[in-house]
Amino acid sequence: MSGPTTAKIEIEQVRKTFAAKKGRGRGSADGDGEFTALDGVDLRIDAGEFVVVVGPSGCGKSTLLDLLGGLARPTAGRILLDGEPVTGPGLDRGIVFQQYALLPWRTALGNVEFGLEATGVPRRERAARAREHLDLVGLSGFENRHPHELSGGMRQRVALARSLAYDPDVLLMDEPFAALDAQTRESLQDELLRIWQRTGKTVVFITHGIEEAVYLGQRVAVMTSRPGRIKQVVPIGFDSRTETDDLRSSPEFARYRHEIWTLLHDEVARTQLLEKEEVPV
Amino acid sequence: MSLASDASTRAKTPEELSAPITVPPPPSTEEPTAGLPVAPSGPRLHRPPVLPRLLRGVLTGATKSAAIVALLLVWELAPRFGLVDRTFLPPFSEVARAWWALVANGQLADNAEASLVRSFSGFGIAVAVSVPLGLLIGWYRPVADLLNPLLQVFLNTAALALLPVFVLLLGIGETSKIAIVVYACAWPILFNTISAVRTVDPTLLRLAKSMDLSAPRLFQKVILPASVPTIFTGIRLAGAISIVVLVAAEMIGAKAGLGYLINASQYNFAIPQMYAGIVTISVIGVAFNQLLVAVEKRLSSWRVPATG
Repeated sequence: MSGPTTAKIEIEQVRKTFAAKKGRGRGSADGDGEFTALDGVDLRIDAGEFVVVVGPSGCGKSTLLDLLGGLARPTAGRILLDGEPVTGPGLDRGIVFQQYALLPWRTALGNVEFGLEATGVPRRERAARAREHLDLVGLSGFENRHPHELSGGMRQRVALARSLAYDPDVLLMDEPFAALDAQTRESLQDELLRIWQRTGKTVVFITHGIEEAVYLGQRVAVMTSRPGRIKQVVPIGFDSRTETDDLRSSPEFARYRHEIWTLLHDEVARTQLLEKEEVPV
Repeated sequence: MSLASDASTRAKTPEELSAPITVPPPPSTEEPTAGLPVAPSGPRLHRPPVLPRLLRGVLTGATKSAAIVALLLVWELAPRFGLVDRTFLPPFSEVARAWWALVANGQLADNAEASLVRSFSGFGIAVAVSVPLGLLIGWYRPVADLLNPLLQVFLNTAALALLPVFVLLLGIGETSKIAIVVYACAWPILFNTISAVRTVDPTLLRLAKSMDLSAPRLFQKVILPASVPTIFTGIRLAGAISIVVLVAAEMIGAKAGLGYLINASQYNFAIPQMYAGIVTISVIGVAFNQLLVAVEKRLSSWRVPATG
């Protein structure tokens, strides 16, 4: 590795296997009835960096995020956070789930407060801080709505506010915008970039969308099909990023998109081949 | 007139109001103007004005009670016209008179009290025991898996079939009656509580885990509130069961209670009194259920999108 400075997150030779259930053909099955979701994943993420992990479906992207979040432990290898191995979940990392994971019986404000209740924030301060973070995600005026009264985009904004409210250093996002329609997704992407620039959080963002990856990431880590490993890390550097420009239609954007598409293309083809082999004739 | 006012109260937007197409028969000319102040200031906070709301209330009330009124009418008229033997089914007015007489001499109150005390204490004990037990069992998945087949057996065995056993063990006093109510109520509550805990949205559990919530906190803040609606469905079921089972128990061996009143009246050929007892039980059952439904609705308002 280069330089003695410790990275925010270091993923070293991480391997994750699961006990395989009969008739479930996910991951590459070994002889001993287990399959390997991740094998030899290496990735270094600096503090304040926005890294997008993109890969074909079933490549173990979400498994990687679970490991980062401490929801699962690697079979081999290690994950360091600020130089310390990750041993379990913690409030120094906030996860944003694809399914929002909002408590349906609580209002938007109550959901954001839920994040704060786990920390030592005194009761009186919670409401003020929750309000502040709802404001940050553009939801002032919706404090007292329940999740079923909010649109999908708004729900994900609440979930984002909840994760931001307890002020984790790292934001782990598991395909957070995948369930949203295109326009909502784009506006939330801009919102996320704005929040990231304002708060300086380290963001690990999982997606299967190439354009989303290029648009959001400072670096895009492309994963192989299973067992997943990092195939290549593509640094994304746009000359200028102004809010008025349509970045997505610039030639630079197209070039990056194509580069990642090419990297992914072979993997997707391989995944399909693997799936075909697994279907019993 | 009534049709037109009904249509205008249901209409939510000024467009609908001014468009006569939504009003089935062309209304009298003052109807739309009378309805015009309905124009909402905001799309969500819109409330119809008082008069149409009152009319709508009356109308829905009429709709809801029409079938019952019809039943009572048939009950009144069928015996009078000799369609049924009025010895066995006296007209409703006679039953009502008998009911009033029972109220006046205090018999009805005494018997209803005896029944309600038994029913409520059995129901209360069942709730107090089954809910915590169900939460515990549901929380420990292996225990739940182990007990599930047994639970199915108890749940599907008619409690009344066990009444002789209860009488054998506990005698024919209050204990056996309350015990059979407890027994009958316990299973649906237990079953629903266990499945409530086990069907908590796994994403919420992942969220709680990712936030490193301690087990008691997880229980208090996620599992319990998520389970409330399902648990309450079990409680509502048990509420209905508590009355059914108790009445049956009182018919078999009791010296007081509505079941006893009905049975004794039948033995003494006091047929109107018998029907008065039946009507009382029916009213109590409906009232109890309505109460529980109202509480349930309140507790699970977040589960379904609120309508109108």
